[in-house]
Amino acid sequence: MPDTEAIVGWKTITFGCHILEPGSSAKFMTGDWRSQRPVLDKEKCIRCGICWIYCPDMAYSRTQDGYYEVDMDYCKGCGICAHECPRGAITMVPEEL
Amino acid sequence: MSRRVGIEVSIAVAEAVRLADVDVVAAYPITPQTHIIEHISELIATGQLDANFIPVESEHAAMSCCCGSSAAGARTFTSSSSQGLLLMSEVLFIPGPLRLPIVMVVADRALSAPINIWNDHQDIMSQRDIGWIQTFAQNGQEAFDLTLHAFRVAEDRRVSLPMIVTIDGFILSHVIEPVKLLTQEEVNQYLPPFKPRYRLDPKRPITMGPVGIPEVYTEAKVAHNEALKASKKVILQGWKEFADLFGRQYHPVETYRSEDADILLVTMGSISETAIGAVDAMRDRGQKVGLARILLWRPFPGPEFRRATRGAKALAVVDRCLPPGATSGPVGTELRSLFYKVPGAPKIFNFIAGLGGRDVRVKHLEEMVDKTMAYIKRRPKELYEVIGAHEK
Ligand code: SF4
Ligand code: SF4
Repeated sequence: MPDTEAIVGWKTITFGCHILEPGSSAKFMTGDWRSQRPVLDKEKCIRCGICWIYCPDMAYSRTQDGYYEVDMDYCKGCGICAHECPRGAITMVPEEL
Repeated sequence: MSRRVGIEVSIAVAEAVRLADVDVVAAYPITPQTHIIEHISELIATGQLDANFIPVESEHAAMSCCCGSSAAGARTFTSSSSQGLLLMSEVLFIPGPLRLPIVMVVADRALSAPINIWNDHQDIMSQRDIGWIQTFAQNGQEAFDLTLHAFRVAEDRRVSLPMIVTIDGFILSHVIEPVKLLTQEEVNQYLPPFKPRYRLDPKRPITMGPVGIPEVYTEAKVAHNEALKASKKVILQGWKEFADLFGRQYHPVETYRSEDADILLVTMGSISETAIGAVDAMRDRGQKVGLARILLWRPFPGPEFRRATRGAKALAVVDRCLPPGATSGPVGTELRSLFYKVPGAPKIFNFIAGLGGRDVRVKHLEEMVDKTMAYIKRRPKELYEVIGAHEK
């Protein structure tokens, strides 16, 4: 584990620790701490979009052919999509170091 | 022209809030509430104060509403005490670091159990570390003046921190006292409109209260603490200008007959006026006794306190709070830490008195001074003692 070093100084931190730039949460890579990833079996997928609706990090997006694909920068590996998929088309696979 | 009237101190505080022309008052309207909120709600209902009154379902909701309204740029006031203050506690730690200048008057009262509605300082001392500026009034005039001072200081852009004015429950909050009320014109001279550095505005979105990850949290806490410490300059300036305009000057530590005193009583709030009587009586008998009253509690005015007590052999520190299992009362602990290993520091003896409405009279303060004189020669076994606690 790396040390948790400061990334900002107490004199340079924003007033009230406010975030002054709207929409900046997109810069926060929640995929950093994923320990498992969702893997899709296209054979089973009916393209219902439930995974896309339920993903708490909005990591899914719809592709041209109607399937849903995950942006691994934001997928935190929670497994909600796999749990909610009505067809059991998503399997959670452990990440390897 | 300001006029001097006989007025219940709670009503005087409500009048100060009216004169400050607040925008939002969010408060729980039932006990342990005082007439402060009752009178403000009347002022709003009758159109004498143009503000939104939010009668919330709990003190927790009251402080949550206050955070929201202050963040939106509204001048915000609330009041509570005792168990109500404790129910607020979770939220009280939030406006400080977020730099939201909410003003609150706390009418200090005891905490359950046993159930007790009377005055002491246990409620506010349990909230000592919430990161608000905290001042203690000793009478009705100070309650009125310090409330206006609180808006002035809290909202100053260099400060932008929440502020509590503490008044003793019942002893001040429910008692009629002579108070010089200021006029609207006078208050307008002293208190400029609230212009926050940042506010929540859908047209210019910002985030207040984000997650502070370990790489940021320490710096955020230090920034808040530094802002609180630096607020002292503006607090003093606020008092200086108040004195220039209205002739009443306040100091972080107020002294009475303290020059050449061997022993100083150290008090906070309304028993300080009793202590003045005790000092006079003891001086009449030739005892070199004086008084140092802590008016500004947070940020603690360390240099001012040391200066005010210079030359004293010993301090008889009165706490109105008994923190079970601690080394001494909160004020006693604070001062022992302030003077630790300071050359020429006075000896510190700590007395706990006036819990849950038990009267502190001149004789009790004299007893503390007498004990202090004895303890200078022979150190007591305990680091503090509770005055007037019967054993049998
Ligand atoms: S929930 Fe399952 S079936 Fe529906 S689109 Fe997602 S992967 Fe396909
Ligand atoms: S595992 Fe969680 S974060 Fe990742 S895509 Fe599925 S629902 Fe979203």
